[in-house]
Amino acid sequence: MPDTVTLEVQRYRPEEETGPAWQRYEVPFRPEWMVLDALNYIKDHLDGTLSYRWACRMGVCGSCGMLVNGEPVLTCATYLEELPHGSIRVEPLRGFPVIRDLIFDLTDFLNKLKRVSPWLVRKKEQPVADGEYRQTPDQLAEYKQYSMCINCMLCYSACPIYELEPEFIGPAAIALAQRYNHDSRDEGVQARMDVLSQHDGIWACTFVGECSAVCPTNVDPAAAIQRYKLSATLDWVKSTVLPWGKR
Amino acid sequence: MPEYRTHEHDVLVIGGGGAGLRAAIAAAETAPALSVAVVSKVYPMRSHTVAAEGGAAAVIKPSDSLDDHAYDTISGGDWLCDQDAVEAFVREAPQEMLRLEYWGCPWSREPDGSVAVRSFGGMKTERTWFAADKTGFHMLHTLFQTSLKYQTITRYDEWFVTALLVDDGRCVGAVAIELATGQVQAVLARAVILTTGGCGKVFPFTTNASIKTGDGMALAYRAGVPLKDMEFVQYHPTGLPFTGILITEATRSEGGWLLNKDGYRYLQDYDLGTPEPHPVLRSMELGPRDRLSQAFVKEAALGRTIATKHGDVVHLDIRHLGAKVIETKLPFVRELCLKYEHLDPVKELIPVRPVVHYLMGGVHTDIRGATPMEGLFAAGETACVSINGANRLGSNSLTEILVFGARAGTAAAEYAAASRPASRSSVIAQVADEARRLRERFLDKSGGRERLATLRTEMQQAMEEGAGIYRDEAGLVAAAETIQVVKDRFPDVRLDDRSLTFNTELVTCLELANMLDVAETIIHSARAREESRGAHERTDYPARDDDRFLAHSLAWYSPNGPPRIEYLPVTITRWPPAERVYGG
Ligand SMILES: Cc1cc2nc3c(=O)[nH]c(=O)nc-3n(C[C@H](O)[C@H](O)[C@H](O)COP(=O)(O)OP(=O)(O)OC[C@H]3O[C@@H](n4cnc5c(N)ncnc54)[C@H](O)[C@@H]3O)c2cc1C
Ligand code: SF4
Repeated sequence: MPDTVTLEVQRYRPEEETGPAWQRYEVPFRPEWMVLDALNYIKDHLDGTLSYRWACRMGVCGSCGMLVNGEPVLTCATYLEELPHGSIRVEPLRGFPVIRDLIFDLTDFLNKLKRVSPWLVRKKEQPVADGEYRQTPDQLAEYKQYSMCINCMLCYSACPIYELEPEFIGPAAIALAQRYNHDSRDEGVQARMDVLSQHDGIWACTFVGECSAVCPTNVDPAAAIQRYKLSATLDWVKSTVLPWGKR
Repeated sequence: MPEYRTHEHDVLVIGGGGAGLRAAIAAAETAPALSVAVVSKVYPMRSHTVAAEGGAAAVIKPSDSLDDHAYDTISGGDWLCDQDAVEAFVREAPQEMLRLEYWGCPWSREPDGSVAVRSFGGMKTERTWFAADKTGFHMLHTLFQTSLKYQTITRYDEWFVTALLVDDGRCVGAVAIELATGQVQAVLARAVILTTGGCGKVFPFTTNASIKTGDGMALAYRAGVPLKDMEFVQYHPTGLPFTGILITEATRSEGGWLLNKDGYRYLQDYDLGTPEPHPVLRSMELGPRDRLSQAFVKEAALGRTIATKHGDVVHLDIRHLGAKVIETKLPFVRELCLKYEHLDPVKELIPVRPVVHYLMGGVHTDIRGATPMEGLFAAGETACVSINGANRLGSNSLTEILVFGARAGTAAAEYAAASRPASRSSVIAQVADEARRLRERFLDKSGGRERLATLRTEMQQAMEEGAGIYRDEAGLVAAAETIQVVKDRFPDVRLDDRSLTFNTELVTCLELANMLDVAETIIHSARAREESRGAHERTDYPARDDDRFLAHSLAWYSPNGPPRIEYLPVTITRWPPAERVYGG
């Protein structure tokens, strides 16, 4: 087992540099360490200027996504040991403007998220005295998977379309729209359908499913997108080809 | 860049976790004409509410009663809870949980579609709502996504609050650093709500995220608001060694066992009942957290725990629950064990040890969430109402952030609507002072020899040694001395990073200053409480002493020296102090 491991980290300090630069750090190798532990070692002991986000260190807050050897991953859930020997490359997630070092701007996603109305829409909310809305375990299972999104942005980083067409609303926002669309308590499908179909990106999306492959919580945004396309097509068929179909 | 910018709102919520978002929604609903600002040092969905696993307690089933929930909470808190607050809490809990259900929270269900409940430590019936074992995650995302529909809520994400603005005894806003740019920003408001969460990072081994540094407690404390019951630190009995990742109590409510090195269910030796194959409420593994963590220490002293390179452990055994129960009710536990321990709990034992988890104490508030400072409210883990007393029951605090988040939001909105706006001119000098302090003390400072990480580690070590599960006078005195030494060295800290853009080192440094203040209040409150109650166990004062200490401690800031400790009587309504009995 090696005693140390080398991290090559992409740096960018807008006050000092005009573009990204690489910096190498040598850190102790510990079998129980994740890539994030190595970054924390650097920050604490070698170089306090290295900047990145992290919080829970248990794979649920979604803060610490980065590219490690070119792959979008959560660094709190990626063991040093599992990476090929030699140096490890760490970069900010691709596809987003970089603010500094490994920190990127996720404003675009937050705006898109809001556009899909990610909340339960009811014509009328029932008074609490009436108790809970009934929802069977099967009805819950219909959307549960899409509700697992931690907003880590790995899927956007892996998405070939988002890179080319930044207007594309993107995998996680679509999965979250579907999370409400398929919730038996919700009545807001139509408004969300209209937002999703506003941009062609969704039709350009192929079945390749890079987004689902990198998702750490098995949301399967690719399936959410395909399911949307299917229902949108059916809607279209019903309303134009078979005008009586909507009755 | 200007030295600072200013923004004006009616209600300012500091913190975007469960309590903060619930407060913001309540304020927006109470007074739709008011503008509400939410300032958070991380994007709201990164807040540590996200990590809560097990569930949230509220009476919903016909077989349950509000009085039972109140009694379990009060006895669990070793009679230090304010009973009027507990009564309000249990009464409002069901409707708050239902609101969350109406907003879409994916609660686990019974086959008939009603909400499912599970048992939890110290509760005498099943009353804990859950969303599998990612309850906090689902609650936080539900609140965050719901908050997006309120037009009157403005968010300032990734702004780090460094000071409260106080005008003639009234809180009228806060100063923050906008992290992306380093710009100093002042947010003025008629009412301010602190919802900044807990302070687990004061200790070395904790379930808490890096961001849980007690900022709100320190902000209030330095502004002259007392911190209540700070000596009560909850250790959760089942954390994974090394990472401190929590293995939820739900493992035990589903029927998990705690075993010592001989495979023996050792809790039977500590007045916690007799082992049965199936879980028995308020007994054995379903006893309260303080008693279970204390039993671990005694078991270790007897040499009956298992030594590992990351400290002594016992085993949590859930193998007999079977793959199906584990997959449906505890999938996250399995995922965490596979990922972080390389073991499968369906087939293997989980190594666990007590880990710092929660602070019962916090900013002193009344039952509406109001602090003694005019215009300042607080809710959630950063506040102390107190419904948790000397030991919080698991699954009460996710409910607390809803009930008291909503109460504080409502009270703040009502106060804001009825009060005059903050006078800009009188606080602007404070903003300029704060901007100058940040620049001169940190960014423009030359030299410095101390490394942040070194100071932080020394503080954490001192807390573990002196203010851990068992305490005594000598240990507390030693801890107080170390903290003072670290405080004295702090001004000589050396920052590598002097830039304005996303300076995370500056944030860490300011967080350390906050933690040092919080640590000091924990130690001095613990020293003054010469009795044992709930999570506060003094080996030199092993008995509970209701004559002297049926009272909340209040730690007041004093600029030159340790905090001044005073006491406030506990409110008793219907449940006179009695012995805590567990085990059937
Ligand atoms: C691993 C784990 C599991 C748990 N499981 C359960 C459970 O099953 N049931 C239960 O009832 N309880 C549980 N708890 C406890 C419960 O989750 C917390 O007490 C509760 O979520 C705290 O919520 P909060 O809103 O008060 O704080 P947080 O969610 O921590 O939010 C604090 C907010 O304040 C902001 N903030 C802090 N400082 C600043 C600053 N200086 N400037 C600006 N913003 C700031 C942060 O950005 C964040 O948005 C668990 C706790 C942990 C750690
Ligand atoms: S869908 Fe998956 S990969 Fe995309 S943001 Fe959500 S959790 Fe991350």
